[in-house]
Amino acid sequence: MFLINCPYCGERDQSEFSAGGEAHIVRPKQPTELSDGQWAEFLFMRKNIKGVQLERWNHAHGCRKWFNMVRDTSNDKIHAVYKMGEKPPIK
Amino acid sequence: MKNKYSIFSLIKNAFSYHENWQRAWRDPEPKKEYDAVIIGGGGHGLATAYYMAKKHNMKNIAVVEKGWIGGGNTGRNTTIIRSNYLWDASAGLYDHALKIWEELSQELNYNIMFSQRGVMNLAHNLQDVRDLKRRTHANRLNGIDAVWLNTEEVGKFCPIINTSQSIRYPVLGGTLQKRAGTARHDAVAWGYARGADAMGVDIIQNCEVKGIKRNGDSVEGIETTKGFIKTKKIGVVAAGHSSVLASMVDLKLPLESKPLQALVSEPVKPIIDTVVMSNAVHAYVSQSDKGELVIGAGTDSYVSYTQRGSHDVVEGTLKAILELYPIFSRMKMLRQWGGIVDICPDASPIISKTHIKGLYFNCGWGTGGFKATPGSGDLFAHTIANDEPHKLNADFNINRFVSGDLVDEHGAAAVAH
Repeated sequence: MFLINCPYCGERDQSEFSAGGEAHIVRPKQPTELSDGQWAEFLFMRKNIKGVQLERWNHAHGCRKWFNMVRDTSNDKIHAVYKMGEKPPIK
Repeated sequence: MKNKYSIFSLIKNAFSYHENWQRAWRDPEPKKEYDAVIIGGGGHGLATAYYMAKKHNMKNIAVVEKGWIGGGNTGRNTTIIRSNYLWDASAGLYDHALKIWEELSQELNYNIMFSQRGVMNLAHNLQDVRDLKRRTHANRLNGIDAVWLNTEEVGKFCPIINTSQSIRYPVLGGTLQKRAGTARHDAVAWGYARGADAMGVDIIQNCEVKGIKRNGDSVEGIETTKGFIKTKKIGVVAAGHSSVLASMVDLKLPLESKPLQALVSEPVKPIIDTVVMSNAVHAYVSQSDKGELVIGAGTDSYVSYTQRGSHDVVEGTLKAILELYPIFSRMKMLRQWGGIVDICPDASPIISKTHIKGLYFNCGWGTGGFKATPGSGDLFAHTIANDEPHKLNADFNINRFVSGDLVDEHGAAAVAH
């Protein structure tokens, strides 16, 4: 359990948020031209990093807005929070 | 087996105050080269090594384990064993395991305390009733024992359940698999380790894998904290850390690793003589031989490797437990912990070759791998030894995520995934 600094509402309990998984997976622009392998990559394959990972979160029981987060999955420390469409502040 | 455990060995050792029991397995240094190496010394990994040695005569093999054997999810689960899965592929896989469980204490000469006390799954709404009834029919067509119980029969089978129809999620019935039950999880790891060791398998603990060496399309060995080990076949059985190992060969897996929590209460006299699971309200409970209530909670929604989990998940589970079992309202919880489970999008495991020659993965067991331990080991051993899947795990290949031929057990198998 940890606190999340929602870019719209401020610091709230993690239980107010729902996790949306790995961030920056772009939906293919030409879905009809994708091979089965590329679809599998887009739909299912994940980096699932142990360490610093970029991920999407939704403030489900709050402003209901989506945003991105830089979080270390090995200790649940949040390094940064940034809005949708913005570039990750650290890489 | 070096020294068979029996009533006679027990009496003999009693005379020397149990101070002269032999080691159950050796503590060897790794050799320079093995015919195959299993990464991960949990139940599945040790079972894999055991069956490779026993059934496929591969004895120059090793199991490498980062910590101590059985110290990961093998020692963290709620020990439930059942095979009442919906789809044919899953039914085949899990019932194969259940049949091995039934003979396993004899086979290993090690008491794994397998107890067929039954597993009951509760229905709390009309959709649950339809789904669970459908599943009992599917189970019976696959030769798996399953019966439907109405509310009154549920109350008779487990009298402490609150079957009042005025609670928030009333019990509308349930299914029962009588052959299902529990086993002592540590004993499973220890029994397989002892059996594998006796056949010459090296079990190397405190040995973390740091890299997998490849030569083009095939593997050459592993870099570990105890040096380089040469091998042509690597079986990865690393549960929550499967993606970490896969990333060493730039392989992406369809997995997300999340904390799954469980907790036990203070020990009390026998009060619940079966396993009761409720998917809809997410509560499951059984009682260990020590008398503790063993309670399974859910997974967190986010990726984490912390082996902790969130308090709100535990709170939700305990609320449900209290509504279903008001008698537990003053019980104190002794311990709470988390294990990192690797979850596939279709909630079914992967027991498969990969596109890299000599590299095999057994992962994606998610929240329910313990019950499959012997079957998983047997089928993975077959897959590694023959470089071909057994017919029972052919459907659980990694290519199903490309072909779309998923084994969708999410919510379908009466499980709290």
